[in-house]
Amino acid sequence: MLPYSWLIPCFPLLSFALIIFFTIKKPRLSSLVSIGAVALSFLFSFIVLVTVLGNPVTSEFKINWLDLPGFKVEAGMLIDPLTAVMLMVVTIVSMLVQIYSVGYMAGDSRFSRYFSFLSLFTFSMLGLVLSNNFFEIFIFWELVGLTSYLLIGFWFEKKTASDAGKKAFITTRTGDLAFLVGIFLLTTTVGTLNFQEAFHQVESGAISSTLLTLSAILIFGGAVGKSAQFPLHVWLPDAMEGPTPVSALIHAATMVAAGVYLVARLMSIYALSVPASLVVAIIGAFTAFLAASIALVQNDIKRVLAYSTISQLGYMIMALGLGGYTAGTFHLMTHASFKALLFLGAGSVIHSMHTNDIWEMGGLYLKMRTTAITFILGSLSLAGIFPLSGFWSKDEILLLALNKSPIFALVGLAVAFMTAFYMFRLCFIAFYGKARDQHKFEHAHESPKVMTVPLVILAFLSVFAGWVGIPWLSKGYSTFVYHHEVHHLEPNFILMLVATFVALSGIYLAYVIYYKGTISAERLKNRFSSIHKLLYNKYYFDELYNAIIIRPLFKLADFLFKKFDLGVIDWLVNAAGNFTVFLSWFWELFDTYVVDGAVNGLGYVVRGTGAGIRKVQTGQLQNYAFVIFFGIVLIILLKIF
Amino acid sequence: MSFPILSYMIFIPFLGIIAVLVLRKEQVQAIRWASALFSFIPLVLSFFLLAHYDSSTSTMQFVEKHTWIPSLGVTYFLGADGLSVPMLFLTALLSFLSVIASFNIKFRVKEYFAFFLLLEVGMMGVFAALDFFLFYIFWEVMLVPMYFLIGIWGGPRKEYAAIKFFLYTLFGSVFMLIGILALYFTSQPHTLNMMELISQAPLLGRGFQLIVFVAFFLAFAIKVPIFPFHTWLPDAHVEAPTAVSVILAGILLKMGIYGLLRVSLPMFPKAALYYALPLALLALINIVYGALVCMAQKDLKKMVAYSSVSHMGYCILGISALTVTGVSGCVFQMFSHGLITGALFLLVGVLYDRAHTRDIDAFGGLWIKIPVYSGVMILFCMGSLGLPGLSGFISEFMVFIGSFPVFKVIVALAVLGVVITAAYFLRMIQKMFLGTFNTKWEALTEISGRELFTVIPLAILMIGVGVYPSPLADMIRATLENIVHLVTG
Repeated sequence: MLPYSWLIPCFPLLSFALIIFFTIKKPRLSSLVSIGAVALSFLFSFIVLVTVLGNPVTSEFKINWLDLPGFKVEAGMLIDPLTAVMLMVVTIVSMLVQIYSVGYMAGDSRFSRYFSFLSLFTFSMLGLVLSNNFFEIFIFWELVGLTSYLLIGFWFEKKTASDAGKKAFITTRTGDLAFLVGIFLLTTTVGTLNFQEAFHQVESGAISSTLLTLSAILIFGGAVGKSAQFPLHVWLPDAMEGPTPVSALIHAATMVAAGVYLVARLMSIYALSVPASLVVAIIGAFTAFLAASIALVQNDIKRVLAYSTISQLGYMIMALGLGGYTAGTFHLMTHASFKALLFLGAGSVIHSMHTNDIWEMGGLYLKMRTTAITFILGSLSLAGIFPLSGFWSKDEILLLALNKSPIFALVGLAVAFMTAFYMFRLCFIAFYGKARDQHKFEHAHESPKVMTVPLVILAFLSVFAGWVGIPWLSKGYSTFVYHHEVHHLEPNFILMLVATFVALSGIYLAYVIYYKGTISAERLKNRFSSIHKLLYNKYYFDELYNAIIIRPLFKLADFLFKKFDLGVIDWLVNAAGNFTVFLSWFWELFDTYVVDGAVNGLGYVVRGTGAGIRKVQTGQLQNYAFVIFFGIVLIILLKIF
Repeated sequence: MSFPILSYMIFIPFLGIIAVLVLRKEQVQAIRWASALFSFIPLVLSFFLLAHYDSSTSTMQFVEKHTWIPSLGVTYFLGADGLSVPMLFLTALLSFLSVIASFNIKFRVKEYFAFFLLLEVGMMGVFAALDFFLFYIFWEVMLVPMYFLIGIWGGPRKEYAAIKFFLYTLFGSVFMLIGILALYFTSQPHTLNMMELISQAPLLGRGFQLIVFVAFFLAFAIKVPIFPFHTWLPDAHVEAPTAVSVILAGILLKMGIYGLLRVSLPMFPKAALYYALPLALLALINIVYGALVCMAQKDLKKMVAYSSVSHMGYCILGISALTVTGVSGCVFQMFSHGLITGALFLLVGVLYDRAHTRDIDAFGGLWIKIPVYSGVMILFCMGSLGLPGLSGFISEFMVFIGSFPVFKVIVALAVLGVVITAAYFLRMIQKMFLGTFNTKWEALTEISGRELFTVIPLAILMIGVGVYPSPLADMIRATLENIVHLVTG
């Protein structure tokens, strides 16, 4: 079965082509084609998972795609437990999001085009997780970036949407530059693009540790861009301009996790470079904290979730940096289910309220019961409440951090506290309390079945998917997805209790402030107004980048074009031309007056001389005799003196 | 191969000129179709060329050799190898598509097509000639029709642009002529046979190589164009009529690169090694500087024109590395840039014909009004900014990975060009196609079938090479291995 896995990405690709070329005018059919294709991919992925579960080895299938001297570029697939898990994550979320989209996007004038883009995305993402070499993964890496661009700017009439798409593409591509240079450095040194061959080479010491660290950090640059880590995290919140199901699929569950996947896939390399791993862990921890703190004060429901996503991705990256291949990827999986759920739930709310502002919501529990319950389940899971999925995966990471370096565990706990707080701030404001906007509240309604059923399924996964990683299981996630050997950390009860306590206190604080109102949110805000302002404005990263990168770059471009290209180089070219014209004019004058003048002048002189001399030739003998006489006298006189 | 296919490819357009001249100038339709026919036949022949080319060897194929001026040792010597076959195909394809795109020319149609076909004769000849005398003749033959095509059918500043192009290129040609003479008088026995000169190259002294290399380099650098000889390009490209811009960007720029690969590298191997680093630095300037200047453009056509400066930088970088992968990337980039930029100029022309402006800021939201045009345009922009799956990515990747082991820092900096390129293309896409629809363009009509016909083959090839580059890579490998071997030994 495994050799046919290449079909998995092909179904959505086919669907993309079918929609673009044939069914673009038939929205209903287009959505069916797209969902059918991803359902087939899901089916095949499921078979792959079962196969790999039965025989958990790494299989590789490849063909030569392009021969370069000393360098083979392959098209191939690498299938191991991680791939199998990722295939499941991508196909399940993609399928549910597409079903949900039928309701969410109903009536949109570009309905078919939307589904074609989703198909293209699913193809690219599946290709990414199946890749067996650096070249191939980079291709799909860029393609998911393209589809992300197209879908963020899907409602391109809105300037903010097209701006956001552009920003996402360029920001992630900046990270990709580092990625690309890292690939060059690593692969030209070890002489292969193939993952497994490169790992063998690296393990046998074919690359010096300095170069290895350098290339590992450069490659991580790609992950920083894609997974929206500091300092390239600025694009993801803006990406919320896209349709909400897109945010769920691409900007929460799958594509943004590609960076995490990349680091996991290259674990053999990071495992050998302590400094690179440390960089990874620090960037992850820092981002997790930074983004969570911003999420505390945001008022746009999707932006809160976006910063939460950045923060949770930081969590996973931190885990990988600490060597937690199992923990990081496990959290990736559980996060995909509850974050997709939260986004789709937010979409359901937005669909009914036509606003993103949580302060215009309130009391929605009464109107949208399914959405509210599933959303709260998702929030509990994200907050890491026992025994939901998020609890188990977060616990794995905290446990790992505690064993490796307690400081990271502290950061992890702080982030967990903030996470619980901001999620329940959201829940209490949106779903409880009184309706703040009566008009919108009255029009609020539960979404159609096609949207709520995916919510229920995802809620189910948010509760139970993490159970495969319960540490007491003899056969579970950690004995399936691991790097080199199973690292079985002894479960730590105290840590579990502490983590639960931290999460609960975050929820309680949100409860006290936003439900009970015992502590006034207004007063808190005024008390810490400078901090609030800093957080509310996201630490002014956008303003900073604008001031130090974007505007100077445009100024430079303008300067180079107007002052240098036109002002200097072209000026010189024109000056050379004009000088030539001047020279020709000058030589013409010279020609007329000097050269020609000389020729004519000689003529004049000769004629004039002739005329003068002619006067001498009189033909009268006495004149000649006089001249001779006078001449002789002159000579004698000269002789004497 | 006894069938003189290369001569046919060169001179069938010449028959076309005669046909066009015989027709009366009122017979516009007949003139158009005659031109289309006489540019279509070389395209068909070029398919034979592709099919019959034996890529296992680097020797010249389809060779035709006849004595011509025995007293000077001048021969009529044609041949094609892995370097010229793709270029001949590209020339035939773009010429044919450009003729189709020129059907909307209304002014002095007869002369236009006559000049256009003459241009094709010159281009084909340059890529097939293996005798310097012939090479130089074809090289100069291109100049004249190009001068008139820009000067008569061009935009508002056509005279300035035409003269600038003509003089600038002629300036370079003079140096090439000196170089050719230098080679002729140094060779023993005196010869203009390029193959013979290549085989004698190891005998040339280092000092001689260093000087004569520069003479040829000036001619080629102006053509490419390499910074700081590039300012003729934006003027010529912008003022030229659409089809001529296509040829300029698609074929003429490649002649500079072709010359470097055909002449400079194999004939002056020591100089090529000596100048590798300066060349790489110039390439870096071309890539980054060209891309930055693009960001400052307000005129769509000028932006595409400057993007060529940036994209040709990749070719130079690939050459400077003197590795087979780098040089292969260079040839891929020649081919790919011909397809992509050719299509971009065609599409700019389509819009200009309707809107009579190319000001990027004047549009907005066009994707709503003309979705097919916008979709195709965005596809080619993606190709130009190096999106994987399209040909531009393969060539950039090959150039980078081929030059990285040689010039690590330069490549790491050149990669910056990739992100700036993305920035200016996305900015243009956003301003023109996204955002709210500018109702001023309510009357804008969708791209016509004929216009679509001119870009579809280019799109297919762009995707084809991007997804399955092996055939092209196989075709050029042996030849380029030989060229690199001649230099690096």
